[in-house]
Amino acid sequence: MGPGQGICWTIRIENALLWGAPLKATDISNPDYFHKVVDCQWACPAHTPVPEYIRLIAERRYTDAYMINWQSNVFPGILGRTCDRPCEPACRRGRVEDEPVAICRLKRVAADNKTDISARLPKVAPRNGRKVACVGAGPASLTVARDLAPLGYEIHIYDGDKKAGGMIRSQIPRFRLPESVIDEEVGYITGLGPIMHLQQPIDSLKSLLAEGYDAIFVGTGAPRGRDLDLPGRKEAAANIHIGIDWLANVSFEHVKKIGRRVIVLGGGNTAMDCCRTSRRLGGDDVKVIVRSGFEEMKASPWEKEDAMGEDIPILNYLVPKEFTHREGKLTGVSFEKVKAEYDAKGRRKLVPTGEPDQHFECDDVLVAVGQENAFPWIERDIGMEFDKWNMPVVDEVTLQCSIPNVFFGGDAAFGPKNIIWAVAHGHAAAVSIDKHLNGEDVAERPAPNVTIVSQKMGIHEWSYDNDVANDQRYKVAHREKSVALKDVNAEVELGFDQTIGFKEAQRCLNCDVQTVFNAATCIECDACVDICPMDCITFTMNGDEADLRTRLKAPATNATQDIYIGDGLETGRIMAKDEDVCLHCGLCAERCPTGAWDMQKYLIDMTYAGHACRQTA
Amino acid sequence: MTYILKPKLHHPSLPTNALGLTRRDYEGKVSTLCAGCGHDSISSAIISASFELALQPHRLAKMSGIGCSSKTPDYFLGQGHGFNSVHGRMPSVLTGANLANRDLIYLGVSGDGDSASIGLGQFAHSIRRGVNMTYIVENNGVYGLTKGQFSATSDKGSKSKKGVVNSESGIDLVALALQLGATYVARSFSGDKEQLVPLIKGALSHHGPAFIDVISPCVAFNNHAGSTKSFDYVREHNEAVNRLDVILGRAPITATYAPGEVREVTQHDGSVLRLRKLHADYDPTDRIAAANYLQEHHAKGEVVTGLLYLDPDATDLHDRLGTTATPLNALGTDQLTPGSAALAKINAGLR
Ligand SMILES: Cc1cc2nc3c(=O)[nH]c(=O)nc-3n(C[C@H](O)[C@H](O)[C@H](O)COP(=O)(O)OP(=O)(O)OC[C@H]3O[C@@H](n4cnc5c(N)ncnc54)[C@H](O)[C@@H]3O)c2cc1C
Ligand SMILES: Cc1ncc(C[n+]2csc(CCOP(=O)(O)OP(=O)(O)O)c2C)c(N)n1
Ligand code: SF4
Ligand code: SF4
Ligand code: SF4
Ligand SMILES: [Mg+2]
Repeated sequence: MGPGQGICWTIRIENALLWGAPLKATDISNPDYFHKVVDCQWACPAHTPVPEYIRLIAERRYTDAYMINWQSNVFPGILGRTCDRPCEPACRRGRVEDEPVAICRLKRVAADNKTDISARLPKVAPRNGRKVACVGAGPASLTVARDLAPLGYEIHIYDGDKKAGGMIRSQIPRFRLPESVIDEEVGYITGLGPIMHLQQPIDSLKSLLAEGYDAIFVGTGAPRGRDLDLPGRKEAAANIHIGIDWLANVSFEHVKKIGRRVIVLGGGNTAMDCCRTSRRLGGDDVKVIVRSGFEEMKASPWEKEDAMGEDIPILNYLVPKEFTHREGKLTGVSFEKVKAEYDAKGRRKLVPTGEPDQHFECDDVLVAVGQENAFPWIERDIGMEFDKWNMPVVDEVTLQCSIPNVFFGGDAAFGPKNIIWAVAHGHAAAVSIDKHLNGEDVAERPAPNVTIVSQKMGIHEWSYDNDVANDQRYKVAHREKSVALKDVNAEVELGFDQTIGFKEAQRCLNCDVQTVFNAATCIECDACVDICPMDCITFTMNGDEADLRTRLKAPATNATQDIYIGDGLETGRIMAKDEDVCLHCGLCAERCPTGAWDMQKYLIDMTYAGHACRQTA
Repeated sequence: MTYILKPKLHHPSLPTNALGLTRRDYEGKVSTLCAGCGHDSISSAIISASFELALQPHRLAKMSGIGCSSKTPDYFLGQGHGFNSVHGRMPSVLTGANLANRDLIYLGVSGDGDSASIGLGQFAHSIRRGVNMTYIVENNGVYGLTKGQFSATSDKGSKSKKGVVNSESGIDLVALALQLGATYVARSFSGDKEQLVPLIKGALSHHGPAFIDVISPCVAFNNHAGSTKSFDYVREHNEAVNRLDVILGRAPITATYAPGEVREVTQHDGSVLRLRKLHADYDPTDRIAAANYLQEHHAKGEVVTGLLYLDPDATDLHDRLGTTATPLNALGTDQLTPGSAALAKINAGLR
């Protein structure tokens, strides 16, 4: 009896009749495919090669780990303390157990333990005759300078403040980020020779354009704090402060104390910094009061946790109505009580509960209800297109505006975000500027640089540590509260020491060490299916994706994660691997008798400004 | 083999059975067999079958002889009992254990060398005595552990890895088991768990001698062209007569079948074996017809698989000997050694 009559073949014929459009074999030559599998790196706006630096930390190669970060996110010491860490909710470890890898705090381990890096900083090429102006000295502009200065561009950075750093310096409280770290990392960039024009705010883009710069980068941030125009605002003005202005005044030591009873209005990270700073400047009865529910607050969970840990209650569903005052002095704030109601479409509305208003007494109020962009210094008659919200029209990929040699980035581009986005924009804008000034189309973006290396060293030996650690996430030690609350400059988090840094690093699953399948050598013995601890691998008949996802050894319910398809097998089945919860443990490759699975490191590096980003490279 | 332990982490949606255990709880040590060995797939099928039956792991007694196949009880149900006997002696050790404690579930795991060569006599007698057990032969046609000599189940005319043709007739253990009175007889393939897992479940819930011959390719010594026990050969010549579903008391019957397509058999313990026919004229309760069918198809070079014979009213050795229902280890000393008066009475009865 020949092929066509055996059991497997019978299933194949039935299958062709039963199921819809079959899936195509996965194209792993597309760099995005395996990049997506490295969830943390994919989620990082700057695409930091996270597992690569985490492995270096485990090897105690801190300086190497630092430089990988420095290359991609420019401010490892700063970000290791303050990053919004979009990588962590994305981390695969968080899907196979409770908590993700403490990626952000590991970055700090690299920064804290590195040795002198001066010899590793880029050499600055001779000037290439092009001049670029950066308006604002925040992380976005500094990144542009970092990428372009070494290529020989003459960079001019303008800022109204006395020191460079933008909101990193003016807003983020010192107890979260010591000034020495800012000085160090900003210093690496100013050391590359950009010409610093500090205390020189730009008040006209028109005149700046007239100065003959080849390109201009606008990185002025979102400097305007929203106010609350409620009854009593004017009368009690002396004790009502705009949060971000007040924080800047604290950072620059213009403000050194606050009243005993403080109310912070708003539920974002600025509110959290305001209340914690208040606790250190004499506030011993500090509350945060928010309109929405506690869960919906914009502040990161860990910032809320830290605030509550410093005895700051967060009261929710209270909408501020009036600032009360007596004899020209603030006495408190009254609030309307509301509750959340959902309409048929599931949209939330806050409706009054009908209960009497609630009044809280206080000595000072900090208003932290949002930030806005403002471009009073950009003339509207210079040919720049503005949208209906009176914001410049900026391309999300190239960061170019309608004036071809003017680029935006950071909070100035699309409203307030965070440092890592400012850095990502800075890199992208630097690529655009470099291409534009070399006569290339900025819309043609460079592909990332991918290095593929098999990790096989022997039958059971890999050049990465494939044993999966069972440890739960480690907590970062904090300075004792009574000490921390006495000094606004005393850093609260103490960071991981080297031992805990090593253990936490071992929790990383090495998601960049990819499982690469070769159907031509597979004999369909099932060894990989049997050994896989996560039931990732299935050999089955092809089908459309929705159907296939239900037929795998474990159902693939996370649609954001791809199914890796290999076809061309002898029985006509396909290999389907759900990438979702793969531990990258390499057991499939160890148990495969024919080497049809291999563990290969896909090191994906973004392409930065310079030769590599140009077609004519 | 693998140097790292299989990580403890498992799929977040991994189901639990009636005992609250996951399939992973039925695993054993990490296998030391060659990567890709069919025997590992059989271990995995035993794990799945035990999980699905919600067997209490400590109620399983895993007995084996010598060979790669006989090593495998270490790789599943780590919390079960185990006895690794000398070469070919698993059946008598199993028989003894069963006589002493009929409360355990006996799973004998053996190889074609262990059962068809040195242990052929033991195999034959354990079956004809009707020991209540599941007897699995992981049949790769070679002595895997001793580096690939032809075993007695190797087909005449099949080629060794070095190209030598086997000139001796092969023993068909299924044919022997049928003749010797096994009451549950099946053949399957390590590469087809959809078929194998239900067959193991059926055997474990069968009361009587259940025998399963599982063709299990040896990737190191018997998976080449010219072998009749290779993945490719078995896949191409596999002729399944039926598909089995084992339905435990609780599960409702949901699928619908055309009349005549399905045959249901209720076993002693209330479990229902539902057979979907793949060959209209195959009757798994007719022992003689089954034996004939096997011979005919074997002559055509086909590998007949499925549940080949079943006697739902089977009895076992204990039933026939009328032994005590209580395991010996639960009897008191006075019952086990009733004393000289009782002996005198027996002796008197024999005078
Ligand atoms: C209280 C607070 C806490 C924050 N905490 C965090 C945090 O923990 N982690 C995080 O990732 N992000 C945080 N952020 C957000 C983060 O600081 C910003 O997203 C980021 O700094 C934006 O970078 P940027 O380069 O776009 O602009 P900015 O950092 O805002 O820098 C803009 C610079 O431009 C200058 N400037 C403005 N207008 C002109 C002009 N006309 N001429 C010359 N110079 C000008 C300003 O003086 C400023 O120095 C926080 C923000 C606030 C307000
Ligand atoms: C009494 C005795 N004789 C011979 C041997 C050598 N020996 C070890 S394993 C084996 C054959 C095993 O073959 P099989 O049962 O088919 O197991 P496999 O390794 O193929 O799974 C032999 C002959 C032995 N261990 N003991
Ligand atoms: S486990 Fe490691 S590589 Fe994987 S997503 Fe988390 S940090 Fe990134
Ligand atoms: S690396 Fe292989 S064996 Fe390990 S979890 Fe991923 S697919 Fe499974
Ligand atoms: S272990 Fe290797 S040969 Fe066997 S099924 Fe998996 S990929 Fe194929
Ligand atoms: Mg054998």
